[in-house]
Amino acid sequence: MQDHSLSLAKPSEGLLSQKIGASLIAAAILCAIIAAFGQGETQSVLFFGLIIVFSVAGGMIFSIPYFKEIPGIKNNGIMHSPATNRGGIAWGIGILMTGFYIILYWFPNYLEGLIRAMDPLSIILRNKASDQWFLYGTLYTLAVIIMGIRFIGKYRSNRYQVLRTLSVMFFQLGFAFLIPAFLLKLNQPEFYFSYFWPLKYSYLFPNDIDYLIQSGNIGVFMVFWGLVMTFIATPILTYNYGKRWYCSWVCGCGALAETLGDPYRQNSNKSLQAWKVERWMVHSVLVFVVLTTALLWLNSWKNGTILGDASGLFSQCYGFLIGSVFSGVIGTGFYPIMGSRIWCRFGCPMAAILGLFQRFKSKFRITTNGGQCISCGNCSTYCEMGIDVRAYAQKGENIIRASCVGCGICSAVCPRGVLNLENLAEEGRFESYKRQ
Amino acid sequence: MNIIIIGNGITGITCARNIRKKNSDATITVISEESKHFYSRTALMYIYMGHMKYENTKPYEDWFWSKNRINLIQATVNHLNTEDKSIQLDDERILNYDKLVLATGSISNKFGFPGEDLNGVQALYNLQDLQKMEKNTSNISSAVIVGGGLIGVEMAEMLHSRNISVTMLIRENAYWANALPQEEAQLIGNHLQKHGIKLKFNTELKEIRTIDQLSVHSIVTQQDETIYCQFLGITTGVKPNINFLKNSGIDIEKGIVVNEFLETNIPDIFAAGDCAQFRFIKTGEAPIEQLWYTGKMQGETLANTICGNKTTYDRGIWFNSAKFFDLEFQTYGKVLPEITHEQESFYWEHENGKISFRANYNRSDRSIIGFNFIGIRFRQVIAEHWIREQKQIEYVIDNLKQGWFDPEFSDSHYKKIAKSFNDNLIN
Repeated sequence: MQDHSLSLAKPSEGLLSQKIGASLIAAAILCAIIAAFGQGETQSVLFFGLIIVFSVAGGMIFSIPYFKEIPGIKNNGIMHSPATNRGGIAWGIGILMTGFYIILYWFPNYLEGLIRAMDPLSIILRNKASDQWFLYGTLYTLAVIIMGIRFIGKYRSNRYQVLRTLSVMFFQLGFAFLIPAFLLKLNQPEFYFSYFWPLKYSYLFPNDIDYLIQSGNIGVFMVFWGLVMTFIATPILTYNYGKRWYCSWVCGCGALAETLGDPYRQNSNKSLQAWKVERWMVHSVLVFVVLTTALLWLNSWKNGTILGDASGLFSQCYGFLIGSVFSGVIGTGFYPIMGSRIWCRFGCPMAAILGLFQRFKSKFRITTNGGQCISCGNCSTYCEMGIDVRAYAQKGENIIRASCVGCGICSAVCPRGVLNLENLAEEGRFESYKRQ
Repeated sequence: MNIIIIGNGITGITCARNIRKKNSDATITVISEESKHFYSRTALMYIYMGHMKYENTKPYEDWFWSKNRINLIQATVNHLNTEDKSIQLDDERILNYDKLVLATGSISNKFGFPGEDLNGVQALYNLQDLQKMEKNTSNISSAVIVGGGLIGVEMAEMLHSRNISVTMLIRENAYWANALPQEEAQLIGNHLQKHGIKLKFNTELKEIRTIDQLSVHSIVTQQDETIYCQFLGITTGVKPNINFLKNSGIDIEKGIVVNEFLETNIPDIFAAGDCAQFRFIKTGEAPIEQLWYTGKMQGETLANTICGNKTTYDRGIWFNSAKFFDLEFQTYGKVLPEITHEQESFYWEHENGKISFRANYNRSDRSIIGFNFIGIRFRQVIAEHWIREQKQIEYVIDNLKQGWFDPEFSDSHYKKIAKSFNDNLIN
């Protein structure tokens, strides 16, 4: 594919602000590198300020063209750009993100300077020095907000997209960043009210529950909250609205996938083969986490006499393989190559449970509007979960798939208005359109 | 049974798939000169704009065809011999058939203008046209499009996505005015102009000019205005692709003449889709239908007939849809550019000038005839049901919500529409 930037045509208005925006973000990354080498320790306030100001300003300026365009979703050039079409830039970003995760998880001492640069914020919010996880949380939240603004600009003609993005930005900033930090400041257990078992698997592990209960009334409430959300709220909400209430409106993993990951959503694999692999993998992880939880409880009930250390080893394995390698390194690092929802699709046990509900007992479906589909393929191309939406739409069938996170992009990009996310009566949701 | 289908567009492929569903023994061969695999022609523009790659436009994975034992041949059919029941391909191969389906689609209209074969002058119908357009439009800055129809606006959007300035020459006094009522035509025209597309109404092409005898340099309109351009898109419609059938004995007029069963005058030879022309039509229907939807329906119908269940083609309640830059358009029933004396029309437009609603109904019994929606998504089943049941306009207006298909949290324009309708009644 030729390079269209060489075109003699007038450059688009967006170009200048995108150059400035990208330069500022590059400056923020440079500051982060300098900070990591040690300057962050000696001049933490300065470097914290530089990183935040450059990245936020860069992100906003980069997003200006989206807001200046006439409202309407434009995916122009996505398949031509090496940044979004698995070209050199995409591989570069992929390696950068994967490498960052590896260093963050297993070699945080290399990031010491950068961690120290987060001290000013950490002290204000948590009343204690920063650590690798606070650094991670800060960058994560920044990414969700900056790229969330871009997302809102791009999709602002569609109110469903705007509202659910504001929602994930709110839950990430409030529930997954500020509240856990304030809890620490108040000498309470650090708790994420927007994550539940089995995604946050340890919340139903005996150790965590013991610890929470011992830490007083707030801890007891947290245990109560976790149980209610997992066993009562989740089935009810999923029955009424599908799994999207969580995956596309609340979840932090979803938040990052929908914002930072949006430029890569088209890279998910749509083949039947990928679907087969997905079903095996995601349900195996679910079995793995249920087994681990059951073993831990059995062991704690028997006071560790029967299983000894085996159950502890099991949970460590789960934490390493699934919690770190899968959800972090692969799940996010591989965005530019495999699409934005690798973890959600192949690994998340919460998504697996919600999916089973959605498939077998829910009012949610994506309705196909009669025989209006022109088989163009925009819906399948931009499905981050790799669902071949078109295969259903062109047959006049509704889309009822366990993996669908209800992001609504298929409906938003459909040039003929064929698809709509709906919660209607359960009966007849599999019926397809028949011409009379 | 040995079935050969010429053409792997939506009609030919729908026919092939439906024959296979009903008959697991038949040998099915699909021949196309354009591409090995079926792809969605409607997505050509998205390939150019970079929304999709060619692979994304294929509705079925490549293994689908061998799994369903549908043989695919990429070749040109040179000759048809109806007595031997055979066809000859461009590689000299001769294939015999028991039943033959002609689903050869269209070719772009040409009018024999001097200069229409220059570099940079082209139509847009197939993959080869797209490749040509990719070449013709690299490193250019201005283009002219002749024809104000659906392909014209697609081409305009394509060029616009690469920052090429576009002027459209439109014969009528508004965009697509031979299909749309004035209000909708103007609304869409305004939207195109907001995107920077220059529209020249009541304007036709007079001359294509070149300096180097190779490429287009400028065009002259019938008003003698000269417009410089490095690309000239000709989007003045298509006609059936039937050249290779001349002297084959098949009855041909503009298209391949068929009856209501899609049978030609020669036994065991059928035609469907863009290339077919109905011998008898109901009033208000076109003898040649060049739509994705009708191609698909004809392919389905024909599969029934070929598999022994002779079925009449019935297009049912008319519907169509399109997108003009950011504006989605849906129509149900027959909404003519101008209503007849027996009809009345109710039109509502949002103050943002991007959303509109029209309902046409019979003056005498107030029964609904059809709808136009711009920027509104509406349920086909509901619209069809109301039109078939001849619901009265008042009922329709009161119950618009039933058919509303806009995404969640969108504005409920049906309230404003109802209010406007009732205010009109009072005045």
